[in-house]
Amino acid sequence: MEKLNNEAILKHIQEAFPTDVLFHEEPYGLLTIEVSPSKGHEIIEWLKNHEALSVNYLTNIAGVHYPEDAGREFAVVYQLHSWKNQFRLRLKCYLAKDQIQISTLTDLFAGANWMERETYDFFGIEFVGHPDLRRILNEDSMDYFPMRKEYALEDATREDKDDRYFGRSNN
Amino acid sequence: MSELKTKEAVAQSMETIDGNIATINFGPTHPSTHGIFQNVLKVDGEKIISSEQTVGYIHRAFEKLSERRPYNQITPITDRLNYCSSPINNMGWEMTVEKLIGAEIPKRVQYMRVIIMELARIADHLICNSVIGVDAGALTSFFYPFTEREKIYELYEEICGARLTTNIGRIGGFERDFTPAFHTKLQSFLKTFPKAFEEFDSMLARNRIFMDRTKGAGPISAERALAYSFSGPNLRATGVDYDVRAMHPYSSYEDFDFIIPVGVNGDTYDRFMVRQEEIRQSVRIIEQAYKNLPEGSYKADLPDFYLPEKADVYNNMEALIYHFKIVMGETEIPPGEVYHSVEGGNGELGFYLISDGGRAPYRLQFRRPCFIYYQAYPEMISGMSISDAVLTLSSMNVIAGELDA
Repeated sequence: MEKLNNEAILKHIQEAFPTDVLFHEEPYGLLTIEVSPSKGHEIIEWLKNHEALSVNYLTNIAGVHYPEDAGREFAVVYQLHSWKNQFRLRLKCYLAKDQIQISTLTDLFAGANWMERETYDFFGIEFVGHPDLRRILNEDSMDYFPMRKEYALEDATREDKDDRYFGRSNN
Repeated sequence: MSELKTKEAVAQSMETIDGNIATINFGPTHPSTHGIFQNVLKVDGEKIISSEQTVGYIHRAFEKLSERRPYNQITPITDRLNYCSSPINNMGWEMTVEKLIGAEIPKRVQYMRVIIMELARIADHLICNSVIGVDAGALTSFFYPFTEREKIYELYEEICGARLTTNIGRIGGFERDFTPAFHTKLQSFLKTFPKAFEEFDSMLARNRIFMDRTKGAGPISAERALAYSFSGPNLRATGVDYDVRAMHPYSSYEDFDFIIPVGVNGDTYDRFMVRQEEIRQSVRIIEQAYKNLPEGSYKADLPDFYLPEKADVYNNMEALIYHFKIVMGETEIPPGEVYHSVEGGNGELGFYLISDGGRAPYRLQFRRPCFIYYQAYPEMISGMSISDAVLTLSSMNVIAGELDA
């Protein structure tokens, strides 16, 4: 069996979903594609069941907050792995801050359960269809999502660690 | 993290005192959880019907902290993930940054790292396996390996001065070459360890009582383990031979000859045996790496990241500038997005790093194997007795630091 390169993998995906790969790049050789949140679940399910690609392993789920990017404030990043073909794949879905719902992957990967709970806990991203979407590492009574960028780590009145003093803008 | 369910648990157990189902709190502070996490077990006599986990008791917001720290100051954070094998975490992080900046690392550094990482794996597995012995009722086998672990910690001391939270190495290599004392100690370790280890092995591996206790305790099938994204010895015990060192070799692991042991049943005994064999393989890797240790520098040529010699800082303008820039976190970092993973003591330890060119990561996520596989625990102990649940927990090697980040 020939080894699949990123180009071939992308071609497979684009053939099956001609209009759904919104963007693709290869930072450090890892194929990264962006798809719309409504299609994320469908594409991952297809990748998992595809005979040649067989993306069988969910490595991790990460949330990212981009407060400056209007309409695309939150990203859910899935890192997937095909052991048969030895390639990794990163799949991103961008969500708007007033619409932070995305389908759960718990029906495909049991391990997605806690990964999604963690992402919810820190970013407030709601995974629709998740069996038990509660906070996991933080207190249940917490009323904010701490990994969002508006919560500065240190006391906002401190001035000695201002990036502007080091030749960088503070934006 | 949920609030303590003690009150509820007490109320429920009073209710069912005449019935069949009782509720028991296993943790948060219980000697056999070896860390702080709570399990609320529903038991019918000795048999566990269901359990509910609460984690997060020692959550320290590492990912948030990382967003405010220069890259070299994140290494000490990684110490506190799986603190039984800190050097693997440290070097995993250093390699992630090196990948981001595209650094060329000398072969000697790579081999030195392999030696340290495999020593850390031995220390990690020794603790886990001896603790399985304790939870099965064999305390002697807990004390024996500590002599050997002490020797490994002394080797860490020779490298970096620390023992548990090592903060070992730097971005670009090591702060100094292996010292003569390190060479002596490593040679003597390689000579005496295999014999001492086999003695430890002979206490448990074919011990009838131990086998009866651990065989069939807390099993999981390969399919379920995969669905739960297991990795490391727990996955290999189910019969799947996934190892990051072999599938995506880093730090020159492709140069070494080692086998990846796998189990069959995915139960406590198989997890124990897989770790035992991995220790033997780690010794093999260390021997190969040490024998073929290449000549060369113990550090890469990375003036932007690697602190210059102190004498140069006082006498050399350029070194002073670099020193200042590194200490103040003013090094130029390229924007980028990188994922790097290493085979940690518990499995695939991943670092997902997004840099926007700022002095600290824009986002850093740790893929912590413990956190991911611990969620399978209720499924694994369902139908088992409470004593089996204790054994299963210790054989999974759930480290609270890694679990809660």
